[in-house]
Amino acid sequence: MEMVVDNLGVARGGLTVLEGVRFALAAGQALILRGPNGVGKTTLLRTLAGLQPAVAGTLRVPPESVTYAAHADGLKAVLTVAENLAFWAEIHGGGDVQAAMAEMNLTELRDRRAANLSAGQKRRLGLARLLVTGRPIWVLDEPTVSLDQASVTLFAGVVRAHLARGGMALIATHIDLGLEEAAVLDLAPFKARMPVASGGGFDEAFA
Amino acid sequence: MKALLLRDVRLAIRAGGGFGLGLAFFLLVAVLVPLGVGPEPATLAKIAPGILWVGALLACLLSLDRIFALDFEDGSLDLLATAPIPLEGVVAIKAFAHWLVTGLPLTLVAPVLAVLLNLPGPGYLWLVVSLLAGTPALSVIGAFGAALVVGVKRGGLLLSLLVLPLYVPTLIFGAEVVKRGASGTEVSVPLLLLAGITAGAVALLPFAAAAALRVNLR
Repeated sequence: MEMVVDNLGVARGGLTVLEGVRFALAAGQALILRGPNGVGKTTLLRTLAGLQPAVAGTLRVPPESVTYAAHADGLKAVLTVAENLAFWAEIHGGGDVQAAMAEMNLTELRDRRAANLSAGQKRRLGLARLLVTGRPIWVLDEPTVSLDQASVTLFAGVVRAHLARGGMALIATHIDLGLEEAAVLDLAPFKARMPVASGGGFDEAFA
Repeated sequence: MKALLLRDVRLAIRAGGGFGLGLAFFLLVAVLVPLGVGPEPATLAKIAPGILWVGALLACLLSLDRIFALDFEDGSLDLLATAPIPLEGVVAIKAFAHWLVTGLPLTLVAPVLAVLLNLPGPGYLWLVVSLLAGTPALSVIGAFGAALVVGVKRGGLLLSLLVLPLYVPTLIFGAEVVKRGASGTEVSVPLLLLAGITAGAVALLPFAAAAALRVNLR
């Protein structure tokens, strides 16, 4: 199991934001993506998750192996914590909901509706979803937003356990997760050059 | 697949899910039209098939934008797109869930409301049959429209404009079945055309809707 990205170019809103991105990730490895706001971290992660096509380069990922977690947690406010997790577990063919709740410290909240959770608790529930999918490659976009220090440490432990099981993780983050073993990739050098203006819009129509 | 169906039905039935909105609208139409038109039994009997079908169609239209918009806003749609279920399956299941909470209840209450509109006796059976055959098309066509406008803020108006022309054949043949049924003439031609539209929509539109969703998720 391996994820190989070579010379990848990604675009947002029709404009190429990153080009020439290359890295490889083997089982048990994690990669932390860094870069200033707007450099294209989210766009790159969505491309890697298969939500949008790459504009250049190649992307080799084993099929049905990626799960994605972004700013929106995909929770239904009227369902309870356990119901939310059970839904995603069943969609992905039955992960262990109890174990996931225990790992993310959600067991006490199991019968609480998602609407009544705090922002940090919602985030923990969103991250617990990763565990029930049973997918080996985690693509995470700012996973620690609104988590307190204790929860960040808890989450780093969960990622470490996932890596120890042979999983992989790609994490875009600004804060230090405490994952010393993870490689860091700075995206700033891959920033696409501004496209050269093509000599003025509609002129060719009137030539 | 079953999990998605159960979740959608559960979300619709729980508080704030929009279940009952269509039904209430249908009830209002059936109650208000006799008040507006007047109590003339002959006039009411004449317009009953058309009013009942228009009411059911508009009631269906009310809840369409919820099919994908809510899942898009909370990020579930991204996660469903990366899940092991094909997106075509997601669309088909969500359209079916929409029919279970709008089309089916509308079909079941229609005979009761038809009394208010003085629908002639033989028409009741054909009212239920035509709604049963026609409302699945309304849900599937609606799911396609909802997939086209997902991501557009307050896309409800655009959705109505896109979907209404596509609803017209279903409306015409559906109302025609009831009209002919009520007057005791042969119903098989419009009924078969109605069922044909439904079968075609159910077979083709999930693919079109999934393609539209993929473009909109980029």
